[in-house]
This record gives sequence, C-alpha cells and structure tokens, in this order.
Amino acid sequence: MQSRGQNSLFYGVDRLTILLYVIMVLFGWLNIYAAVYNEAHSNIFDMTQKYGKQLLWMAGAAVIAFSVLLIDADFFTAFAYVFYGVMIVANILVRLVGREIKGSHSWFEIGDFRLQPAEFIKFSMALALAKFLSNQQIAINTQFRLRWRDLVKNYKNTFIALAIILIPLVLVKKLQDETGLALVFIAFFIVLYREGLSVGVLMIGMLVAILFVVALVVANTMSVLISLGVLALLSFLIIPRNGKNLLMVGLVFVMAAGVVLGSNYVYKKLEPHQKDRIDVLLGNKKDLKGVGYNVDQSKKAIGSGGFFGKGYLQGTQTKYDFVPEQETDFIFCTVGEEWGFFGSTIVIFLELFLILRVIFLSERQRSSFSRIYGYGVASILFFHLAVNIGMTIGLMPVIGIPLPFFSYGGSSLWSFTILLFIFIKLDANRLLILR
Amino acid sequence: MSNVNSHLADRKYFIGGFFILVVIIYIVRLFYIQLIDDQYKIGADKNALRRTTEYAVRGYIFDRKGKILVYNEPSYDLMIVPRETKGCDTLGLCAILEITKEEYLKRIKKACQHPNSARKESIFEKQLSKETYAILQEKLFRFKGFFFQKRAIRKYPKPIAAHLMGYVGEVSKEKAKKDPYYREGDYIGKSGIELSYEEALRGQKGVQYQITDVNNKTVGRYMKGKYDTLAISGKPLYSSIDAELQEYGEKLMRGKKGAIVAIEPSTGEILCLISSPTYDPNSLVSGKERNKSFARMYADTINVPLFNRALTAMYPPGSTFKLIDALIAQNDGVINRSTFYPCQMGYPPMGGKPKCHSHGGGKSLVGSIAVSCNSYYSYVFRDIVDQRKYPNFVDGYTHWRDMVKTFGPGTRLGTDLPYDKPGNVPSVEYYNKVFGKGGWRSNTIVSLGIGQAELTLVPLQMANVVAIIANKGFYYTPHCIKGVGKEKYLDPKFKEKHYAGVQKQEYYDIVIEGMEGALQPGGTAFASRLKDIVVCGKTGTAQNPHGKDHAVFLAFAPKENPKIVIACLVENAGFGGVWSAPIVTLLMEKYLKGKTDRPEIEKRIMEANLINGSILITDDID
Ligand SMILES: [Zn+2]
Repeated sequence: MQSRGQNSLFYGVDRLTILLYVIMVLFGWLNIYAAVYNEAHSNIFDMTQKYGKQLLWMAGAAVIAFSVLLIDADFFTAFAYVFYGVMIVANILVRLVGREIKGSHSWFEIGDFRLQPAEFIKFSMALALAKFLSNQQIAINTQFRLRWRDLVKNYKNTFIALAIILIPLVLVKKLQDETGLALVFIAFFIVLYREGLSVGVLMIGMLVAILFVVALVVANTMSVLISLGVLALLSFLIIPRNGKNLLMVGLVFVMAAGVVLGSNYVYKKLEPHQKDRIDVLLGNKKDLKGVGYNVDQSKKAIGSGGFFGKGYLQGTQTKYDFVPEQETDFIFCTVGEEWGFFGSTIVIFLELFLILRVIFLSERQRSSFSRIYGYGVASILFFHLAVNIGMTIGLMPVIGIPLPFFSYGGSSLWSFTILLFIFIKLDANRLLILR
Repeated sequence: MSNVNSHLADRKYFIGGFFILVVIIYIVRLFYIQLIDDQYKIGADKNALRRTTEYAVRGYIFDRKGKILVYNEPSYDLMIVPRETKGCDTLGLCAILEITKEEYLKRIKKACQHPNSARKESIFEKQLSKETYAILQEKLFRFKGFFFQKRAIRKYPKPIAAHLMGYVGEVSKEKAKKDPYYREGDYIGKSGIELSYEEALRGQKGVQYQITDVNNKTVGRYMKGKYDTLAISGKPLYSSIDAELQEYGEKLMRGKKGAIVAIEPSTGEILCLISSPTYDPNSLVSGKERNKSFARMYADTINVPLFNRALTAMYPPGSTFKLIDALIAQNDGVINRSTFYPCQMGYPPMGGKPKCHSHGGGKSLVGSIAVSCNSYYSYVFRDIVDQRKYPNFVDGYTHWRDMVKTFGPGTRLGTDLPYDKPGNVPSVEYYNKVFGKGGWRSNTIVSLGIGQAELTLVPLQMANVVAIIANKGFYYTPHCIKGVGKEKYLDPKFKEKHYAGVQKQEYYDIVIEGMEGALQPGGTAFASRLKDIVVCGKTGTAQNPHGKDHAVFLAFAPKENPKIVIACLVENAGFGGVWSAPIVTLLMEKYLKGKTDRPEIEKRIMEANLINGSILITDDID
C-alpha cells in the first residue's frame, strides 16, 4: 500500500498550495482578459491577443508543473549548483544573441513568443543558496562582533552566501539593465536572516537605508548633518560619559555622516529616470506627465473601484488605456478597478496565504536544504507582492516586476511555477528523508 | 547546534509577522484610496469620458518675399463611439448625411471592428461640408454617441507650385504601424515640401479628455484638464521660392511640356521650380475631391501632370554640355583660348558625324561656344579621353567621367525635395557590355562630348551646372526652404560649399565669354538678348528618339555678380534658341527688373501650344 502511494505523482504533495496556485493563475487570466479586452477579438483563443497567448503559457506551466513533480527530489539537491551555473551562462548568452526590447538585451525569441532567462535565475539561486547553507556546520555567523581578526574567519560563509546572491544581481543589472529583476535578489536576505545572519548586520543595513532616504527627502545635506550632530550631543547627555561611549558615539556619528554624504553622491550619479522615480515617490517632485503619471493613473484606476468595483469588463480607466502596461506590471489596477476593495483584498490575501503556507511547510522540513529553499520561495514571492502592489498604490517606486501568478507573461509564470513546484516536490519528499 | 537552531526557529515569527504587517499596511492604504479619498472618483457614473485628439495647426509656408503659399482652413470630421449610440436618431442622421440605413449600419460595424472598438472613437464621416456641419451641430443632442473632431485642410491662395508643395493625405496603414506618432486617419505630407518637412510642419498633436452628460453634451474637462496635453503648432517654413516668378513661369509654360529651374547661385536657393503641365494644388486638399483629381490625372498618360519633370525627368543635356567639356579640357591643358578646330558641317574624323550646322567654318574656343559647334566638341572630347598621360583610353574616359561628376551629373544632388533622380553618366562597365571589352574607342562614343547618347541630367542638375559656372567653380546644394520655424533654421548641409573639379577662374572667364557671345550677333540665342542686362547662356537640343527634339537653354544674369541662373527645357520644341531662350530671358527680366519690356515675345510664348501626342520616357538608363 505504501509503495503504491509513493509511486503516485501526488503522493504527499500539499494540495492546499496547489489549489491556491490554480485559483490565482485562473483569476489572473480573467484579469488579463479584462485588461486587453477588445470587442473585435473577444474569442479567448485568439492567439494575436495576449489573453490567447497566456492560455498557451498556462498550458506550458501545467506541463512544467507535472514534470517537476515527476522528477526525483534528490535531483534538485544534487544538481543545485549546475542549475545555478547554467542560468548564469544563459544570462550572459542572452546579452550576446538575445533580442533587444525596450533597450535591454534580455530576451530569447522563438517565433511570436519570448522568454527572459533572468526570470529563471530565481529558482536556481534559491537552490544554490539552499545547498551551500545546508552544507555548513553552522550556516553563517550568528553573532554580531566587530573584531577584525575574527572577521574573515567568522564571516567567510556569510561572504560566500552574499556572493551567490550578488553575482546574478550584478549580472542582470549590468548586462541586461533589468533593475527590477536584479533587485528581487535582495529578497534572499530574508533567507540569510532566517539561517542566522546577525540582527546587528541587518540593523546596520536598515539604518543605512533609512538615513539614505531621510537625506534624500530633506534634500538639504547640511541640515541633516547638523541634526545628526545635535542628536549625538543629546545622546551624550543621556548615556554615561566615559571614553568608550564617547568613542562609540563619535564613530556612529562619523558613519551616519558618511551615509548622508554618500547618499547625496549616489543620487547625483543616478540616471535621470532613476532620479525621477525616487523624487516622485518621495514627493520631492510632482510630475504627472512622466513617471508620476503611471502611478497617478494607477492609483486613480484602483481608487475609482470603490468597495465592489465597477464589475468585470466594466473598467473605464483601464479601457481607455490610461494605465500603462496594465496587463503586466500594472495588472493590479484592473483588479482594483473592476473588483474593488473587496477583490483587491482577496487577491492580496491569496498571495499572503500562499506565502505563509510555504513558510509553514518549510518549518516542518527535516532537511535544512528543503527548509532554506522554502524560505527562498516565500521571500521571492513576498518581495514581488510587496514591490508590485506597493508600486500601484504609490507606496513603492516604479520598479517593473510582475505580480506572481497574475501578470501577463510566460517567463514569469513559468519561473514562478518551477520555483513553487520544486518546493512542493521537496515537501512531498520530506517523509522519505530518514535523516 | 540544536540550541542554535531552536533559537533561530523563532525567527519565523518575525518573518511571518513582518509579511503580515506589510500586507496590513497595504490594505489600510487600499481602504483609504478606494473607500475614503474622493479625489480618485470619476464624477457621476452616468457621465462618459471621451478622448478627443487636438490636431496641431500645420505650419504655413511663405515665399521669399513673405507671401503666403499655403495656409489652413478648418474642417470637421464626424466621430462616433458606437457603444454610446443607444437612443440616437439614426434616421435623422442618415437624412442629413444623405446615406442609407444599410450604409449607416455598415459604418457602425466598421467602427466596432479592429483596429477600432465600440468603446473608442473613430471617424464616421470625413470632412463635412460647411452646410452639413452647421445642420449637424444644431441637432447633435439627438445623435447620441456622435461628436465633431476639428481638423484642418490645406488652402493655397494661388493655384501655383503644386509639384513643389506636394500634398497632404491620410497616413498609410504601414506608416501608421511603423511610426507610433501616427494613428490611422491622421494626415501626413505625401510629396514635395509637405513630405520632406513633415516633421517640422506637423507640430505635435494633443489629447483632451472630456466628460459628456446623458444628452451627449460636453460638460467639462476631465480632472480639470490635468491629463490633457496641448497641441503644439507646426513650424512655419520660409521658402526661397519667388511666388511671382513661379506664377509667371507657369504661365509661360502653359501649353508646353517641360521644366524650369531657377537658382540664386550665391546661396543655392531655388527661386522657382516648374514642371509643366501642372495642376491646381487646391484640387488635392480634401479627400473626395482628391480621389477624383487623382483618377483624372493618372489617366492622363500623355501629359503626366503628377510627374515632377524638374526633379525626375532625365533628359540628354544636348549642346549645353559643351560648357563642361570646355572647362575640363582647359583644366587638363589639352586646349586653350586659341585652340582652333575645323568644321565641315560635321566631325571630319568620323566622316561628318556628328553633324553640325552652318556657322561659317572652323572656330576657336570662345566662338565654338557662341555658335555651338558640334565638331569642335567632338575634337575636345577625343582630346580629353585620349590624352597622353593616360596610357589607356579607358583610363582617359574614367578621368572624364570623374570630372563630369564633380559638376553634379550622375549623383542625386541631395536637395530638400524628395525623389530627385541622379541622371546618368555611363560607366566603363556599361560600354564594355554594349560594345564588348576593347570594342570601343573615344570616337565610338564621341557624341557624349556634345551631350547626347546615354548621358542624361534632370533639369535641376542642369541649373546647378550653370550655378557652378556663374560662381566660377563651386555650388551650394540647391534647396527651396531657407528657414524652418521662427528661428529660421537652415540645415548646415545647405551652407556647405561644394567645389567642382575645375577651379581656375580664367577657364571660367573664357567659357562665360562664349556664353555671352551666344546672345550677341551670330550667337545661337541672339534673338532673345536683353537691352539692359548682360545675359550669358547656352542653347541645346536634346535628342529625343521618340519624337521631336527637346529645346534646352541654360543661362545666368547679370554677367557680373550673377543673381539668377535658369535652366529651361521645353519638350518637343526643337531648337533651344527658339522656345527655351526667350522663356529664360523673360523670367530674368521679371526677376531682375520686376517687369518685362517685350510684350510681343511674351504673347507669342504664352499663346504657343506645343503639346502633341508624344510619349514621355521616364525610365532610368542605368
Ligand atoms: Zn560646327
């Protein structure tokens, strides 16, 4: 009986995860149909239209999902680095032979269909990181200690893990100029945190980020520096005045000042369109014709939805092509306009539920490889969710990344399918691991 | 280790908690923008949003004295949004537009089909007449889903310069697909200046979003016009054309086929460019009329009025080409002022071919130009090609060809008008093909020396050759727009001097002396001389294998400090001195003095009708 069960394709798979996946992909397609709806081409199988093509991509995703479930789970563990290597080579190759679209060489083209290899780095990086971290005695440094002679010894693994994350990031940004995709890899810091990256390092990172933003918002470097100085003096009044504390406060002040000046320098070095995005988000600039236009149109489409929305196919904002890229990165606008607060909330909860489910499943793994991989999946999905929806409601800068399982596009759908189903397979296999 | 792991396992709560926190923030934000903040709501639900395109005013074109050559007149298209036509008085609309119900339904169907859409606006009826527009405007409330789109059509105060101006028409499907600026139904320059200066003339169209109420009435701008973009008017063009000269030239060419090009040599500015027969440019401005005019003009295969002869008809230059030979030969040192050649009513070495006319025996250089001796230039051509410094006559021929090309023939001049042809200076390969390698000598092709055989130029190039002579060695690329926009921008390529292969002033002086002689007693164009202006010219007869020869005359005036050069070609008119020379000198009088003193010649030219049934050959001879 047991052997019959083990041979079954669906033995041990988490049906709830698959159900969530199917619901989202189908609901996503309904919204793509609405976003590009056109009376003349209402046939859903019309391959000249994006909803027709998406049906093909979905069929392909189903084939991929079944294939992944058929493959032995150990295969993914054994070939983790190979996947990683192959994807890096593919991403260098696409720069050389790929087709140029909107200024970046990042697509392979087969007939009418296009694939973007950068999307597929996600699962291979999750595999590689999982393999590397699960091989270590103590994965990465668990303490925050600034002792220089210990630094190399203690942080060696941290550095290798960082390298695994940063190499594809730099590659995708430098070679293909896909900023959005490159930033996705930041999500892996959540994985590092779960596996022991010290809170100190994360805190420093966050502080730097906050100071960076403050310096840009205030726009007046001098006033930030002065208030930092005042803050340092004030803290000096509160804490005991001894030599060590004096040194610490001084050190923190110098570092903070460095970040402030650095942020100014980096900002000046940014490309004009990148500056615009930051300025619009921070409210330094009202630009309704350029970058701000996208966000404003998007907010308006969503805002006009009300509680229950205008009804399926009844959206006027999206129908009048006010919203750019409404079937890909801005698909959430169609949801917001036609399904209202009610539908938007459901979509966000569906995504969140899937992510929390993946975390829950990760925590029940006996193999650290599976757990780490699971966290990789959850982090990537969360990063996409947070940035994509944050962008459409004006809480994040406009960074072109898709909403998982909803946005139009074969590359992203297939990449998320592979990502998720490898985890489902690993999870299904957990009972067979004796270790 | 397990201790560490269990300690780390707590981190799942932080991670999960963080995810949930972010989602809660987002949902609060959604709650705010979807349910509380009103600024994102669109007015009342029954109001519809309508997008109208605001077309930019197409730039005017002025002549060199500031007279308007073309301006715009408003015109209205009737637009439709099919989805909004519920409750429309269909029969009433059909009656006003004078269409049947079937036609109405057909158009509705078209408006719903790709690339149109029932939700989006498309054109229902183009360019309404003023009367129809007035009636419709009054009753528009009855025709739900319909509205007007303001457009403009071109208007020409005088029916001149049709070929130069070109025309404006609807953009082709292919172009609309390729260029994202254009949508189907947009207007675009199709030929002439309208085509080559399209980007400057068209300006930038704008978009307006308007709210309409249930009565199909516009009640205001959507979001107070926040998303509207303003149209930016097209730039005016300041052309170098002299409208008076152009009009006068067109009058002179009435009843004749041919072309006239006049250039100001010191700048390369085109003063007039005439292709005859011509047509009224106003006949091509509005859609329906244009189709009729086109059908009529395409059908006219005898006169081919749409064909711009000045730029695209390639004619043999005839004797006018002797000017270039004379310059090259002097430059090569094979002849000089005193070089004398005999003439026995033809070229002696080839048994009297090519033939010559009686002009009182042999001539020296200056005289040979004034009387246009064919024998003289057969000798000159042979002298150039067979010079001793080239061991092989093929090299000599290549040298001659290269020198000729420095005067313009054989390559497109690169003017600012579209579609000009390069003309033809036959290549060595061509003759090897015709006669076989080694099967030809300088004497085989000696008629090239007198501008016949396969040698062809377009009238614009002929005028440019005279400009080089008037300037004694250089030219500016001919152009008809001297300033774009208020800043009067001129492309730097039109300010660049191009140098011909002959540079010595005295060689030009000798040729000019001969050209002056052509309008003196004994010269070929003596009858067309002017009392008070020294005109330097050269007659030519372009051989026409299909009928009577074409008459050519090239000239510039005045001799000192030339102000105008003109090339004139009249098809099937025979000898250049009879028809082309008087036309050229009349134009010079008009341009230099503002009036003409020779009413009897003017009358003879204007009343002459030389159009017979000959067929125009327009094929390239490459
Ligand atoms: Zn002679």
